[in-house]
This record gives sequence, C-alpha cells and structure tokens, in this order.
Amino acid sequence: MSQVAAITRAGETSAPAAHPRLQAALEALQARFDRAFGARDNPWRNLGSLGFFFFWIVAVSGIYVYALFDTSVSGAHASVEAMSAGPTAGLMRSLHRYASDAFVVVMFLHLAKEFVLRRYAGFRWFSWLTGVPLVWLVYASGIGGYWLVWDGLAQYSIIASAVWLDWLPVFSEPLVRNFLTPESVNDRFFSLLMFLHIGIPLLLLLGMWVHIQRVSRPMTNPPRRLALGTLAMLVALSLALPAESNAPADLSRLPGALTFDWWYLFVHPLMDATSPGFLWALSGLFTLGLAALPLLGRGERPPVAHVSLDNCNGCGRCFADCPYAAVVMMPRTDGRRGHRQQAVVLPDLCAACGICAGACPSSTPFRSVEALVTGIDMPQLPVAELRARLERSVAQLTGPVKVVVVGCDCAAEVKALAGPDTTVLSLLCTGMLPPSFIEYALRGGADGVLVTGCLPGDCAYRLGNFWMEERIRGEREPHLRPTVPRERVKVAWAAARDVEELRRALASFRAELSGLGSMQGKAIRRLARQEVAVD
Amino acid sequence: MKAARFVAQALLYVPLMVILGYFSTQPRFTDIAHGQALVRLSFSHAGARKVECRQRTPEELAKLPPNMRAAMDCPRERSPVKVEIEMDGRVIFAADVPPAGFTKDGASTIYRRLPVAAGKHRFVARLRDRPEGEFNYVHEESLDLAPGRAVVIDFNAAQGGFLFKG
Repeated sequence: MSQVAAITRAGETSAPAAHPRLQAALEALQARFDRAFGARDNPWRNLGSLGFFFFWIVAVSGIYVYALFDTSVSGAHASVEAMSAGPTAGLMRSLHRYASDAFVVVMFLHLAKEFVLRRYAGFRWFSWLTGVPLVWLVYASGIGGYWLVWDGLAQYSIIASAVWLDWLPVFSEPLVRNFLTPESVNDRFFSLLMFLHIGIPLLLLLGMWVHIQRVSRPMTNPPRRLALGTLAMLVALSLALPAESNAPADLSRLPGALTFDWWYLFVHPLMDATSPGFLWALSGLFTLGLAALPLLGRGERPPVAHVSLDNCNGCGRCFADCPYAAVVMMPRTDGRRGHRQQAVVLPDLCAACGICAGACPSSTPFRSVEALVTGIDMPQLPVAELRARLERSVAQLTGPVKVVVVGCDCAAEVKALAGPDTTVLSLLCTGMLPPSFIEYALRGGADGVLVTGCLPGDCAYRLGNFWMEERIRGEREPHLRPTVPRERVKVAWAAARDVEELRRALASFRAELSGLGSMQGKAIRRLARQEVAVD
Repeated sequence: MKAARFVAQALLYVPLMVILGYFSTQPRFTDIAHGQALVRLSFSHAGARKVECRQRTPEELAKLPPNMRAAMDCPRERSPVKVEIEMDGRVIFAADVPPAGFTKDGASTIYRRLPVAAGKHRFVARLRDRPEGEFNYVHEESLDLAPGRAVVIDFNAAQGGFLFKG
C-alpha cells in the first residue's frame, strides 16, 4: 500500500468493534436478502420499524375484535368463535394473532442484531436499556390476550401464570386460588383482564416511544414495499391458517391436547419442566444480563464534536442532520450580530460520527482563511487536517486516472484500495464529508471521486449515507454544486465484507473515467470559474 | 429483473410464513399424560400460634410502658401446617407448609398438582395445624376419576375441614 495514498488518522479511535464472527454471519445473511429485497427494503435492515408496523396491525385488528368481543365468562369463548366464523372478523382475529407473533420474532431479531453489532454501549446505552422492559411488556400483552378467549389454552395459561406469580412472596392469598373451580371466575374478573389487555399494550407503546427518544428522525415506518409485502404475508397466512380456539375452558377438567402458541407461551411448559423459581431466575438473569451489557461494554469514549463559536453562524444544519439529537440550537452567547442562535453539543448524546462537521457550511475547503476552522468539528479528525491530507495525497497521485476514494471506518475498509493512482480517506462516517471536498479533490487534480460507506438502511450512525446521497444529489444542504461533473462522482455503498465488490466498483469507475479523459486543463479551469460560495 | 426479485422475495416470505404459522399452533401441547386425572391440593390456612398465649405477671406489666400493658403475651409466630394426602393406602404427598410473612405470622398456603391414574381411588387427606400432636383434621373420600378430570382438595376449618370439589 502506498504510504502517501492511504490517509489515516494518527491516534484514531476505532469504530465500535462488533462480535466479528457473528457480524460476518449476519452480513452474509443480510447480503442474501439484499439480493432479493435490495438493501433499502431488506427486512434485516428494518427490524425496528417492522416492530412498530406489527404493533399497529395488532392495535387496529385488536380494536376491531374488541368491538365484537363479549366481556363475560359465559360469552367470551362463544363471541370469539362467532368472529372466526365471519370472513372479515375471522381475518382480523387471525391478523391480530399472527401480527403479535411476528412482533415477537422481529423483536428478538432486532435485539440479536443490535447485540451482534455491539450497539448497547456508549451513547447507545439509553436506547438499549429502555428496550429491555419492552420484552416483558410484549409478553405480558400477548399472554394476557390468550386468556380472553377463555378456552382450554386460556385455562392452562392463566393457571400457569398465577402459579408463577405466586412464587413471589407478595400475595397474601395465592392468585391460583381464583382458578380452582368454575364458580371462582366471574364477569368482573373478565373486565379486569380486558383492562390489562388494553392497558399493558398502551404501556408498551409508551415504552416504544421512550425507546426512540434519543434518536432524531426515528424510522418507525418500514419502506412501503416491505410494509406491503409483510402485510400480504400476514393476510395470506391468516387465510391459509385461520386462528382457532381450543374447547371452552372448564376448570373442573383438564384442557387436553392444546393448539399452542409457542412464540408466547413457551414459558409455561418450561416452568412445568423446571419450577417457578427456575423460571424467575432465568427471566431475571436474562433481564439483568441485558440491562448490564451497557456497563460491561463501556470503553474509552471518543472525543465528541466541538463548536467553534467564531465560525458558527447558527444555521442549524448540524442540528438538522445529527442522527442522535446531540446538537441543539441555543440563544447566542457571544453577542455576535446577525446571528441569533448557536449550536451546542450535548456530550452524553454525541456519537462522535462527525456528520455535523459534514453538514456545516463552514467546513468547505475553499475558505481562504489562514487556519481552516469550521463551525463544528471533530477533534480526532478536524476538517483542516482532512483538507491538508487530501491536498498532499492528491498531489502525489500518479497514473493516467487518479481517483480519491472516500469511505468510513464502519463499512468496507477502503485502505485496501490504496495505490499509486488511488488515495483513500477513511472517515468516522461517510456523512462527515462536506460535499465541497469532492469538488476540491477534482480541482486539485483527481479525475474522479468514489464515495462509499455502509449499505442503505445500515449506516452505523443511522443517517450518514442517506444524508451523503442527498447532498450529492443536491437535495440537502450543504449540497454538491451542480457544476461538478456528476460522471466523475460515483457512489458505491459496501458493507464490511464487500471489499472485493468495492474493488470491482472502483475498477469499473476507473474505466468510465478513462473514457472521459483527464481532469486537467479545460475541465479544471471551467470548474474553477464557477464561484464557490463561502460563508 | 423485477420479476425475478419478486419471485425471490416471495420465496423468502413463504418460509417465514410457514415458521410463523407452525409455531403459532404446533406442536400440540398436553400438560399431563393421556389417561390421567389431576388432583389439585390448594388451601390457605393459618396454623395455631407456635407458642400459646400466657398471662403476664404483675412484675412484667410494671416494666412495660403504661400504654403497652396488655394482659396477655401472644407471640405472633404460627405453626407450620402439616398436610398429607394418601391414595389407595399410599402417601402421594406430604409437606410441612410454612406460614407466610417475615415474622411467620401469616397463613400457610399451598398449591400442588398431583397427576394420578384415572379410575376409582380412595383418598385420605390429613392436616395438622398445631405445633405438635396427631393430625387434627382427617377426611376420607372415594372418587371415580374419569381421564382428564380435575379435582380440588381444599381446606376450610370453618366449614369443617377438607373439601373435595369438582
């Protein structure tokens, strides 16, 4: 590798290290789904938003089913059976069931994926920790729903749940004694169950809202095609295998062989095979283990973004682009006229991704100030340092087609692409790149700029690649000027395992560039004639 | 290309649909073996005080603050409740059920599932709620238990002791 060509940071802080083997397996799996769905619609990259989507399906179908439900011991089972007999009500009941099951599946996949990517420590601790109680709320909502049908499964589940709760030394009269004989259950008890089955999901929704509080622009809706596809799948499943009840509950008899929802109710047979104490210990350890992960994963925090008030005009672009709401706009403290606000970084929330630096209009390398200082910058890789390194390395590029590759530490490692005719910049996040740097590289002698980073929907800092694309397309400020020849700019997203794919993309780009000729003489002069607006 | 993608997506949705649907209903679950019945022993009963109440002596009363001079000294701790279930001459369950509470002054509560073979059986239920001595409650009952039947053995001292329900 050319020492000149590979621009790396001295004393750099590495990207969050994932569990390498598990991450490789996850990426391989995602890559398979990418081929079918495309990266943007890949369900593996939209697990959180799918969770929200399934919640709303459960809520809407639940409201429909509730309207037809008889809240009484004698009428509950019959009313549910009557629903199953009707085409619309039967479909809604089945959707209610299968969307709830799908919710559990995506919840655990979401949890597993975030664990594999070590997204539980550092600035992400809040989202992780607030996600832990959601597992309990999802199960409390789902299991409670099965009781309302008041069939054999409800009978078995409610008694097993009561035995489990009775293990805690908090009830003066054991709960299970409420389910000894048929006479012990009454309509008022059913009203209580209904209250719980509405109240707990509302608590769950509140918990989901808290869960996403530390991310700005949370993606709570999956892409349209994915949403339609999963909804169609649930409808097809509901039609092919309509949800059915077991025989009505009879506390004087055992329920017999039950159709059993293992997604939710597996805990009961597990308790039967062990003991209530074992199940409490297991669920307690699971919960505490998850809750403790942010503590175990604590390491040295990278330096957070820093605001230079003299160079901040309070435009709010860093505030708009920060994926974690770590930048807020506050009233000006330096009395500078003409600017009412200033950016303030909240260090606890800052992910140190540098996206704010890429959003700052002062980050343009065309500024002719003595020392390039931008409005908001990353101490570990200041914009001035980035410009200096880019200038040095572009000047030393040789060969007929000179290319600058800009990537990030979290995706395909761009350092592997460095060579005499290729220089690479590995940033904290691709979104850290001010788009004017692309023009600066071309005017400095590069024939093309290849921008890479995490695949769509999979940015380690959520929005970096998304913002970068928009800036290059001119849809987001600061944008790449329209006069920059777009044929000399290529975007090729690539996951960590896709280095070879990226190498092929670079080769293909180089071939295209060689057809365009060198970025010398006229082309540079034409580009240079366009005045560059510098704030 | 679009059609190929559509087919590929459908091929990925189908296994998810199958897995989701299958584990939503299958495999079927039975909590006790076929041909069995279930005896459920459950009661909530406070045992007698472990130490009998006694009259305080005038000297003891004099040592107490005036507002605490209760004539009787009654330690709160209760005796565990000893229970035994016999079926066809064989003890199938026996336990000393401890009183609830940090100071052991609450009721003794129990819930036990006792799967038994279906058919005719003679049950004897015995309970002692005193610290010492013989069982002070004994109840015998013959039951013809059909497969899948659930019988409850409850205890209520006010209603005379053991109650067989169901």
